[in-house]
Amino acid sequence: MTSGDLPALSIADLQAALRRKEISPREVLQALRARIAAIDPKIDAYLSFDIEAALKEADTANVTLPLGGVPIAIKDIIQVAGQPCTCASRILANYKAPYDATVIRKLRAAGAIPFGKTNMDEFAMGSSTENSGIKPTHNPWDLARVPGGSSGGSAAAVAADEAFGALGTDTGGSIRQPAALSGVIGLKPSYGRVSRFGVVAFASSLDQVGPLTKTVRDSALLLNALAGHDPLDSTSLDLATPDYTAALGRDLSGLRIGWPREYMMTGIDPTVQSAIDAAARQLQSLGAEIVEVTLPHTDQAVAVYYIIATAEASANLARFDGVRYGHRAENARDLQDHYARTRAEGFGAEVKRRIILGTYVLSSGYYDAYYLRAQKVRELIRQDFVSAFEKVDLLMSPTSPTPAFRLGERMADPLQMYLADIFTIAANLAGICGLSVPCGFAEMEGKRLPIGLQLLGPAWAEALLLQVAHAYEQSTDWHKARPVL
Amino acid sequence: MSESAELDVGYVAKLARLELTPEETRLFQKQLGDVLNYVAKLSEVDVSQVETAAHAVPVFNVLREDEPRDGFTAEEALRNAPRQRDHLFIVPKVVE
Repeated sequence: MTSGDLPALSIADLQAALRRKEISPREVLQALRARIAAIDPKIDAYLSFDIEAALKEADTANVTLPLGGVPIAIKDIIQVAGQPCTCASRILANYKAPYDATVIRKLRAAGAIPFGKTNMDEFAMGSSTENSGIKPTHNPWDLARVPGGSSGGSAAAVAADEAFGALGTDTGGSIRQPAALSGVIGLKPSYGRVSRFGVVAFASSLDQVGPLTKTVRDSALLLNALAGHDPLDSTSLDLATPDYTAALGRDLSGLRIGWPREYMMTGIDPTVQSAIDAAARQLQSLGAEIVEVTLPHTDQAVAVYYIIATAEASANLARFDGVRYGHRAENARDLQDHYARTRAEGFGAEVKRRIILGTYVLSSGYYDAYYLRAQKVRELIRQDFVSAFEKVDLLMSPTSPTPAFRLGERMADPLQMYLADIFTIAANLAGICGLSVPCGFAEMEGKRLPIGLQLLGPAWAEALLLQVAHAYEQSTDWHKARPVL
Repeated sequence: MSESAELDVGYVAKLARLELTPEETRLFQKQLGDVLNYVAKLSEVDVSQVETAAHAVPVFNVLREDEPRDGFTAEEALRNAPRQRDHLFIVPKVVE
């Protein structure tokens, strides 16, 4: 193995090579840095990295730990002590994280080296990474297309072998959708499975941290490190954390996988639909039974989401006031002017739109009609999933109704961008877990664009989700394909 | 929910402490009007029998022991402040 081949390794294979002492953690980081230098000018997946700090950690890395010596890229919404944490926003351009998020502490405890902060839609608001206040990220499979979002930098970095694995956050699909569009594995754990402490809040009742990886086994390895109760996050649940690699390799006989009737709708790209149909046949051939189920409130999910998520965001983003941290407008006339101009100068268009929508649906006279009603319909959506999971073990669907779209194509019409989240957002509203695994390619304009199969499981069923995704992945070659760069 | 026509972006932006340009105000008025027309579909759902859920996971009254623990020093807390002096955040004059 030459150092040029190193970045293409999975986490599991890298770990094995480190433990056999074929390579050192320092050599791994140097190979990764060389890959980033060669490739990232085309992709723009990273916002920052600190090679000196990482090399220092590499020299003391204990490779016998579960992730010993493995560099992991971190979405720039998660705080890594001493590193920038911009949320791809001008308002946090000069901010340095004063402490480690719990997920970073846990990664370090497992031996991993947080290395590099990845691009994203500003404050995780978007589905294409075009809302980054710094720069757009390009899809490694077709540089003219988006990588998905909001964790588009993390997805593109893993897809382009510029990261062995990465952390993202998923509020309405922001791990799973970019994973699908970039051709990697993306896991959103159940709400409460992973601590949110030290993660800049977008919508607190929906946000979850999860891994983006090259293989399902790597996803299980990272979840092993991330999962578990954190006294610093009162919404993280005190549940036993299984070894997520233990169930990998079990067969699927006797499992029932539901296909929601409401998801067979217009607007799904025919190549996506045929890839999902083929995935269903593949899962059947592995022993699973495919059963039609119903999720009656599917049509309401996008509306509920864009009320609740914006309401929570408008409250969470009130902390950006130009006093304690972040950008501050010069020469304010008075306090109101100070706030209004600081925020006008610091936030991009999509963030402003969502703050206004969220403020409106919470405002006096509209709270009951919008926010309270949305919370009630959210409960009906949650109950839809509870009923479905009485009949089946998991659900399947496309992750995104279309493959990656062109940069700029959807920027003029926010509502159309929102509607593309239809298959992913309900999982956040219901608090359940979901995963996207590559299941084929669409040929478009001479390029191959990845397609993602989404699997959804009941709350706390991550082990089953990973077991099924692994069985599917190992029976196909989709995850082995790499973009030509 | 015919209220969507009542959205006054300029007024709500003031509530949100957000200065908008006239172009932004016009653009957001149109775009958010489209979004509100879309979310009006929620009025089709019968929610008369539904208890509200603040979030999807039923945990309540999470408390910890009330014990002292380490926090930031003043220097650490002020490290990201755009303006500071004498261990204090400097803010615009609020009272005359």
